[in-house]
Amino acid sequence: MLTFLLKKLGVLVPTFFGVTLVAFVFIRMLPGDPVLLMAGERGMSEERHAKMMKQFGYDRPIYEQYFSYLGDLVQGDLGTSIITKKPVFKEFMTLFPATVELSLCAIIIAVFLGLPAGMVAATRRGSAFDHTVMTGALTGYSMPIFWWGLLLIILFSGILGWTPVSGRISLFFFFEPVTGFMLIDSLLSGQEGAFISAMSHLILPSVVLATIPLAVIARQTRSAMLEVLGEDYVRTARAKGLGAFRVIGLHTLRNAMIPVITVIGLQVGVLFAGAILTETIFSWPGIGKWMVDSIFRRDYPSVQGGLLMIAAVVMIVNLFVDLMYGLINPQIRHTD
Amino acid sequence: MRRSSKLLAACCGFSLMAMGALGVQAKTLVYCSEGSPEGFNPSLYTAGTTFDASSRQLFNKLVEFERGTTKIVPALAETWDISEDGKEYTFHLRKGVKFHTTKNFTPSRDFNADDIIFSFMRQFKKDHPYHNISGGNYEYFESMSMPALIKDIVKVDDYTVKFILNRPEAPMIANLAMDFASITSSEYADKMMAAKTPDVLDQEPVGTGPFQLVAYQKDAVIRYKAHPDYWAGKAAIDNLVFAITPDNSVRYQKLKAGECHVMPYPNPADLEAMSKDPAINLMQKEGLNVGYLAYNTLIPPFDKPAVRKALSKAINKEAILEAVFQGAGKVAKNPIPPTIWSYNDAIVDDSYDPDAAKKMLADAGVKDLTTKIWAMPVQRPYNPNARRMAELIQADWAKVGVKAEIVSYEWGEYLKRSKDKDRDGAVLLGWTGDNGDPDNFLAVLLGCDAVGSANRAQWCNKEFEALIQKAKVVADPAERTKLYEQAQVVFKEQSPWTTIAHSIVFEPVRKEVIGYRIDPFGGHIFYGVDLK
Repeated sequence: MLTFLLKKLGVLVPTFFGVTLVAFVFIRMLPGDPVLLMAGERGMSEERHAKMMKQFGYDRPIYEQYFSYLGDLVQGDLGTSIITKKPVFKEFMTLFPATVELSLCAIIIAVFLGLPAGMVAATRRGSAFDHTVMTGALTGYSMPIFWWGLLLIILFSGILGWTPVSGRISLFFFFEPVTGFMLIDSLLSGQEGAFISAMSHLILPSVVLATIPLAVIARQTRSAMLEVLGEDYVRTARAKGLGAFRVIGLHTLRNAMIPVITVIGLQVGVLFAGAILTETIFSWPGIGKWMVDSIFRRDYPSVQGGLLMIAAVVMIVNLFVDLMYGLINPQIRHTD
Repeated sequence: MRRSSKLLAACCGFSLMAMGALGVQAKTLVYCSEGSPEGFNPSLYTAGTTFDASSRQLFNKLVEFERGTTKIVPALAETWDISEDGKEYTFHLRKGVKFHTTKNFTPSRDFNADDIIFSFMRQFKKDHPYHNISGGNYEYFESMSMPALIKDIVKVDDYTVKFILNRPEAPMIANLAMDFASITSSEYADKMMAAKTPDVLDQEPVGTGPFQLVAYQKDAVIRYKAHPDYWAGKAAIDNLVFAITPDNSVRYQKLKAGECHVMPYPNPADLEAMSKDPAINLMQKEGLNVGYLAYNTLIPPFDKPAVRKALSKAINKEAILEAVFQGAGKVAKNPIPPTIWSYNDAIVDDSYDPDAAKKMLADAGVKDLTTKIWAMPVQRPYNPNARRMAELIQADWAKVGVKAEIVSYEWGEYLKRSKDKDRDGAVLLGWTGDNGDPDNFLAVLLGCDAVGSANRAQWCNKEFEALIQKAKVVADPAERTKLYEQAQVVFKEQSPWTTIAHSIVFEPVRKEVIGYRIDPFGGHIFYGVDLK
């Protein structure tokens, strides 16, 4: 197991440095000069432009900038935002809990609804339920998040008045963040009704963000289950007279889970991508909106730092997924 | 109704917390702002969103714009004198002005001349201990040419300050009403420097303004409370909350649901529904801006005024207003908006007349003209959809035999390339006024010094230049008005731009809001606003 873990970690390190290079080069490949963007229509003199480019270090050759960036990075310094003048790591960590909280809720919804829906659809292949699940999954997968979010706001907040329109908690509640996770902080605050308010604010954005992963998980579970259900050992188990619960729960699901877990792991990246739009619609103060703003402003340090941190999270989650394979199927530990 | 009650309950809760045990029902106004501020020191930034969150609530300037107008009124300076030669501005400061008391700082003295000296010298002097704190970029101070203009700033006594200029500059007073000229506490700055945390000055601001900062949760909420000792009288609302809501459709839903009282920048598609909503008062005002199409007057045949005029006459501006502004605009005939003093209303616009345009082009010897129209890649109040506008102009020009290709670049590139003197084609761009002075449009965008930079028409006309330069140094407003009126006549004769439109700013506010005024500079100011 340790060798397996070390091998995986060995792959992570070069991947991580690859990400630093990609993040660094890609943002600079985008047309647009961060200093000119700051000035807007007002413009600035060439001398002043040169002075500011020098101040940010953008006048140096790109390889020099990259090595200087790497030098800072190994010392744990992600740089300082050229817009807010605050450390990128601090900005990221202020916003990251909000994205994690939203993504966790979304993935919980997606897994807890997607797995059973896919399982039942597979065992009742061709039934009305199967068709409904598959049609629903296709619709969910194709739904533009922006439109879907707005539709839910208009229906549930505007017309029915069941949920708040946007934000993380009612303005009624005011407390200093402790963990950054609103559900936890609202409980810690001891203010009556704060937790309920935080929960009610989480419902719509979580549902919107969960839509695509839910569709993917349901479809993947169904197809993996169908494949395994056709295997000889399942037929044998049935022939032995085992109950449907044991056949499905023990023999089928366990073997069908490997591709499903892979897909769930990959959804972390999808969630971060979806968070960009979901956070914008629901005024959710997470890293998605921050990244978009940073890209538009060509805030190189923020974009580089943000991409790196997100990549690190996705890599860690996928490492965890790899470890899960080993737990589900011990053969993988030896063969991989 | 149910939502409004919830909001009211929420507001009361927050207010009661803020007001402690007073037991008085406090008033909280919620503003659904469009974005997060870059920081809280307005001298370091240029975005209107940042000014809304900082200078317009937390700080005062020496002079300010009267709320809802471009008229200059006294603020931290009660009176001022200008020397005969126009080079010395002496400000007599207001006494008894209190700074905010915050968790970091309890002021030991009232506002005085030291605060003025500190606030300007920080931006002016490169060796000032605070100059390089928080990045040290004072964009507005630089772009208003303050370093070249100011010779020195002298403290005459505790309540008198003198600005000594290198040359006379009539718009100086208007410049000092701008956001970058906000006054911070030098005592607080000294304290933060002594504590080796100078950057806190810019993050946890202390001003003399009508509201003081309570808390900021990045990208989520900014909370303010009324400054209890505000020199002009405590604000009518006790608490002010900025609920940061980037999407305009969602802002509208929040406004409808009673989750906020005021929202900026509505989606044009929602305006009709807003105007019919009994709970919403859809306010509107002409914006202090102009959208234009600038020809490159250095390149033939655009160096001929007759050609430029012909192309202007070929453009159907009314159709543009309908299609691009969806009615939220007004045809522009002058390079300054009608809300600015000295606007010459006597000028007659080049009327839409394709036949006359065709003839004028033929008379000028122009045949089979091909050119480019530059369409901005971003949305601006003076041009909500540049691509659509360019398409309409392209179609109009095709009717008079002019073939135009539409080009666009990333915004930074667009701004950079459109400045080139050998640029090919006419550029769609615009301007929003900074200080309500005609000089801020005419000299910045059409002056000879700005050729190769902000003067996208690359137009340097001696007669026009002489008029605007004279107006810059004349102190008498009546004489300045005449000079600018004449300058507009020259502009119209020469037509370096086709002036297209001035936008109309819409701001939906809930009916319970009293006394809100649309700021011509595009700001959102909540002092003087009350709730029913």
